[in-house]
Amino acid sequence: MTEQSVTVAGSPVGGEIVTGAAPQDGTPDSRVSVKPKNNRAWLLVLPVVVSVAFTAVIPLMTVVNFSVQDIFSPDDRIFVGLEWFRSVARDPEIRAAFVRTLLFSAQVLLLEIPLGVALAVAMPRRGVWVSVALVIVALPLLIPWNVVGTIWQIFARADIGLGGWTINNVLGIDFNYTLDSTDAWITVLIMDIWHWTPLVALLAYAGLRSIPDPYFQAAQIDGASAWSTFRHIQLPRLRGVLTIAILLRFMDSFMIYTEPFVVTGGGPGNATSFLSILLSKVAVGQFDLGPAGAFSLLYFLVVQIVSYVFFTVLTRSGR
Amino acid sequence: MADIRLEGVGHSYDGGRTWALRPMTWTWQSSRAYALLGPSGCGKTTLLNIISGLLSPTVGRIFFDDREVTAVPTAGRNIAQVFQFPVLYEEMSVYDNLAFPLRNRKYPKAEIDQRVRRVSQLLGLDDHLKRRSRRLDPGRQQIVSLGRGLVRSEVAAVLLDEPLTVVDPALKWTLRSKLKEIHRDTGHTLIYVTHDQTEALTFADEVVVLNEGAIVQAGEPTELFLSPAHEFVGHFIGSPGMNVVPAEIAGGVVRVAETDVGQAVSDQEDELEPGPVRIGVRPEFARLGGEGASPGLPVRVTGVDRMGAYNLVHVRAGGHPMIAKTEADTRFAPDTEEFLHFAPDRAFLFRDSVRCGSISPLDGLDGKGAS
Repeated sequence: MTEQSVTVAGSPVGGEIVTGAAPQDGTPDSRVSVKPKNNRAWLLVLPVVVSVAFTAVIPLMTVVNFSVQDIFSPDDRIFVGLEWFRSVARDPEIRAAFVRTLLFSAQVLLLEIPLGVALAVAMPRRGVWVSVALVIVALPLLIPWNVVGTIWQIFARADIGLGGWTINNVLGIDFNYTLDSTDAWITVLIMDIWHWTPLVALLAYAGLRSIPDPYFQAAQIDGASAWSTFRHIQLPRLRGVLTIAILLRFMDSFMIYTEPFVVTGGGPGNATSFLSILLSKVAVGQFDLGPAGAFSLLYFLVVQIVSYVFFTVLTRSGR
Repeated sequence: MADIRLEGVGHSYDGGRTWALRPMTWTWQSSRAYALLGPSGCGKTTLLNIISGLLSPTVGRIFFDDREVTAVPTAGRNIAQVFQFPVLYEEMSVYDNLAFPLRNRKYPKAEIDQRVRRVSQLLGLDDHLKRRSRRLDPGRQQIVSLGRGLVRSEVAAVLLDEPLTVVDPALKWTLRSKLKEIHRDTGHTLIYVTHDQTEALTFADEVVVLNEGAIVQAGEPTELFLSPAHEFVGHFIGSPGMNVVPAEIAGGVVRVAETDVGQAVSDQEDELEPGPVRIGVRPEFARLGGEGASPGLPVRVTGVDRMGAYNLVHVRAGGHPMIAKTEADTRFAPDTEEFLHFAPDRAFLFRDSVRCGSISPLDGLDGKGAS
């Protein structure tokens, strides 16, 4: 219905209109859809093309440039084709870091999304406590990333950190993130949950606030339980904000660098060496620009693909 | 089903400074169809939410028959309520939406199915039962919301808060008669909130008119039309509304600008006090022509609106505009002097907006004799 009216209507904007399938003898058949084509639209798209070129395409191309060459010095470089991509994809250390990072992101999503939604549901809907709750919840988001790392680096220490000391001496559990891989992993994971669950909570809270009162009133009238109200009224209406939350949290956690770098430096051993930590080692530490370029592009591609899959699945299921 | 009794129930949203609903005592009788009529912001929805328990009243007590429910939450009151805009469980099918209130109350599966199918058949939703409710157009969505309100059988009352606002006008009539049909079949107490007088008058056994948080009159539609107890009812019901003209009572006679209009008759036993008063007479009961008939007064025609089936003649009586409804074939030229005759017993006197009496013909000058 709408499709038809759009295609039949001629563009009121000036310019050449190419009438594709329409007969030219002046007896237009109304059933044939006439598609107006106006090439001036390209002019309107141009500013976007230029700005995207400067913000994304050109910087990315320099990386592409590195990734296909073996560079010994600025004057001494060899074109190697896709050789670096192959070696990066086969590198066992990078593969292990990839799996590790994917696992970390999965855990982050599985824990932070439900926790954030629960926090949002528990926050007051109106009254003076709204602002208090918002400020308290938002606080971790205002702390610079390396400060977050420093806080947890000290907090979780077994000897002088409040958290680490309590776990060892009060709870009696042997905990030392500088020596034990699991302890290091848990420390980084909990740090991320502490730092970023508030983001999910704030997004979910905004989504919950936008639900009109009659929905809750109707649920009361229909005798719905609290769980039922959440499941059938709140959750469906959080779909939009949760899509954003999941995408943001996936991208951020998959690219996590600063906090684990400050807390564990990737250790002990390789226990918390995520892709970004490894990448910076190759690019900045060893200054291997070719492998680092290929690594970056593959990294970028994975983020793109997974985000696209998440987005498609989440929006499709809502229709 | 139960009588719903409000005892001194009132509500204030600002801690008692102003009343959204003034304390009132009122009984909604079981199995009747009520229309709650009033302008926007008069407290209709507040009253409804108090009955359903979504709001606890600032003062007063609520009884369902002899059971006090003032402190009982919504779920425990067994009330169905339909809101102004569609409220759906959007990711559920139409069928699941209709079944939801029953499932929550643990009805047996067979009975749920039977009830859902009955309601869907009544409301014409049979073809849509399997569809996801959010994909319906807003009008249909509202019908589904309506269906959720009607699917339970033993509710104390079904409260409808302007339920047909978003529904297509052509469908409104059908749905309204469906509602009446359902009411006849099930005998639910229905309270139907509206600001549309046609809706109220065609739907209800009894119309309750609410203004500024207080019930100003309740009665059958004809009663509200023929015998308004409050100026507001005169204005709000009828189109155009009742004419209101300031007047004076002196020596038992109603006078407008030195003209004797008719005899003042009190609604009570005692005589009406002399002093200012307002005459209220509906355009339908103000007849032009018939020189000197009583009660009535001389007027000057200022204009005529031709409405097709009838004419509205605008006149001025001692500086006050009035309207008379006349047959379509009558001719009244602007700027001519005419006599406006009031039908006996249909012209009323109001003081402080409340009716205090009516106007009867002056002695020896009754309407029939003169025309």
